[in-house]
Amino acid sequence: MKKIEAIIQPSRFDSVKDALHEIGIDGMTVTEVRGHGRQKGHTEVYRGNEYTVDLLPKIKIEMVIPDKLSDAVIQAILKTARTGKIGDGKVFVYPVEEAIRIRNEERGETAL
Amino acid sequence: MKKLAVCAGLGLVLVVVTPGPRSFALAASGIGQSPQAAAQTAGVRIAKLEQQVAAAQTAGDNAWMLVCAALVLMMTGPGLALFYGGLVRRKNVLATMMQSFILMALVTLLWALFGYSLCFSPGDAVIGGFGAVFLRGVGGAPNPAYAATIPQQTFMVFQLMFAIITPALITGAFAERMKFKAMVLFMILWTIVVYDPMAHMVWGVGGLLNAAQGGRFPTLDFAGGTVVHITSGVSALVCALYLGKRLGYPKEPMPPHNVVLSVIGACMLWVGWFGFNAGSALSAGTLATSAFVATQFGAAAAALGWSAAEWIRNGKPSVLGAASGAVAGLVAITPASGFVGPMAALAIGAIAGVGCYWMVTKVKRRFGYDDSLDAFGVHGAGGTIGALLTGIFASSAINPIFGDHKGGPLPVGLINGNAGQMLNQLMGVVIAWGLAIAGTLVILKVVDLLVGLRVPEDHETRGLDLSLHGEEAYNGEA
Repeated sequence: MKKIEAIIQPSRFDSVKDALHEIGIDGMTVTEVRGHGRQKGHTEVYRGNEYTVDLLPKIKIEMVIPDKLSDAVIQAILKTARTGKIGDGKVFVYPVEEAIRIRNEERGETAL
Repeated sequence: MKKLAVCAGLGLVLVVVTPGPRSFALAASGIGQSPQAAAQTAGVRIAKLEQQVAAAQTAGDNAWMLVCAALVLMMTGPGLALFYGGLVRRKNVLATMMQSFILMALVTLLWALFGYSLCFSPGDAVIGGFGAVFLRGVGGAPNPAYAATIPQQTFMVFQLMFAIITPALITGAFAERMKFKAMVLFMILWTIVVYDPMAHMVWGVGGLLNAAQGGRFPTLDFAGGTVVHITSGVSALVCALYLGKRLGYPKEPMPPHNVVLSVIGACMLWVGWFGFNAGSALSAGTLATSAFVATQFGAAAAALGWSAAEWIRNGKPSVLGAASGAVAGLVAITPASGFVGPMAALAIGAIAGVGCYWMVTKVKRRFGYDDSLDAFGVHGAGGTIGALLTGIFASSAINPIFGDHKGGPLPVGLINGNAGQMLNQLMGVVIAWGLAIAGTLVILKVVDLLVGLRVPEDHETRGLDLSLHGEEAYNGEA
């Protein structure tokens, strides 16, 4: 099992979600987050006071998937989340030791 | 059926055009009477006619003035409450709106007890007397010293709305850090020590600065540039200096939490200002129209002036800037509104828009005081600019307020040919500044000793909505 964590542009979220549904991913956790990588923020000016906003709104998608789907999921995210500009985000892949469904204590990939 | 209707119509016409037996009898009796009796009858009829004309004028003026009173109240709530509420951080929005809102109630109470009396009943040159405490004698009959065609109660309630918004303007300076208890106590004292004397001096019978009734230094202030905006703006600066900066200012970012609220508030201020300025004509005649027009032109020019200045300096004209500019223009045109034409109003607005932009962005940063929502930068500076420019642009063609002993109009402002008026305007400005500084300092000291002015640091960090009022403006989970 793998855990995929993707941080993407909010505007690309719907396309990414649709692409993931198409390849059979139907479980995910989505969080609205703020952060920045190489993308510099912007400045806002209110009555002459300048504020640098360097934490920008992003969407974080987390999902745990069977190993065999891993490449397809990564490809789907890369393809749909890309705008080609700085700030498109990142994908992180982690190994997962165990998954347990709380309702009936199923374990492993059947719990996903 | 048709025939019947025609007959009935003809009958009606006949009834209308034929003088009734009663009027025949009246006319006949006139002919038959002695000349004295005839004159008396005519006199009675003329008196009755005059009464009806007066009643008609009262009806018109009173309708307008009641609407104006409501418009001016709308400037405080929701106008100013939204304008200020949007500018603070989200943890303080309710506390900020509450400061304006509670003043709508608190000042009303004070006004009924003694505020109106201290402003408008005869007293000395500085403060009114106690003749109208508990609104004694303030009823349906007009008070010709102020407004001969509207009930004195209408005048009283219209003036009350000014007494409400003036202290509410100050709250912008100490936003996000003052105790509610301290604010209430401060405002009670402030209306007594600063507002009431200033209103009496400028507008009250026998007031030192009253231009309409031959005060010692006749200061032109049509709708409250000195009384409302200089007193509140300068007191705001004193408050900002005395209370000190908000925690983290200016290092921590403190951007407005919702500019949308502020823009809506500014628009309501703009609309309400027609009641404020045009209503200050105290009647529904041409002077009200003139003030209405000047108000619109002043606001427009200032919005453009501020925006242009910001566009040139920052590369972008901000929405908050345009809204702030409009408010600055409205402030500046307030004392002038009943004395200047549209072109002078444009000039006053443009100067105020650029001037206040400079005050808010440059002067504030230079001196480093934390006038949180720019109550001084907009109202203190705009009010002072407006008061002085009124002395330059006021014209007898708009408002012949000064007359010679035969009642002919004398020049009013500098351009009009009365250079000396500038000194009177300066006198009004100096007195307003002086009273505001001295009065506010003393009151702050007293309130500080009695209850303390600032909330504890942890309350300030947590936000005043929760720590002072036990509420949150935006409940994410609800």
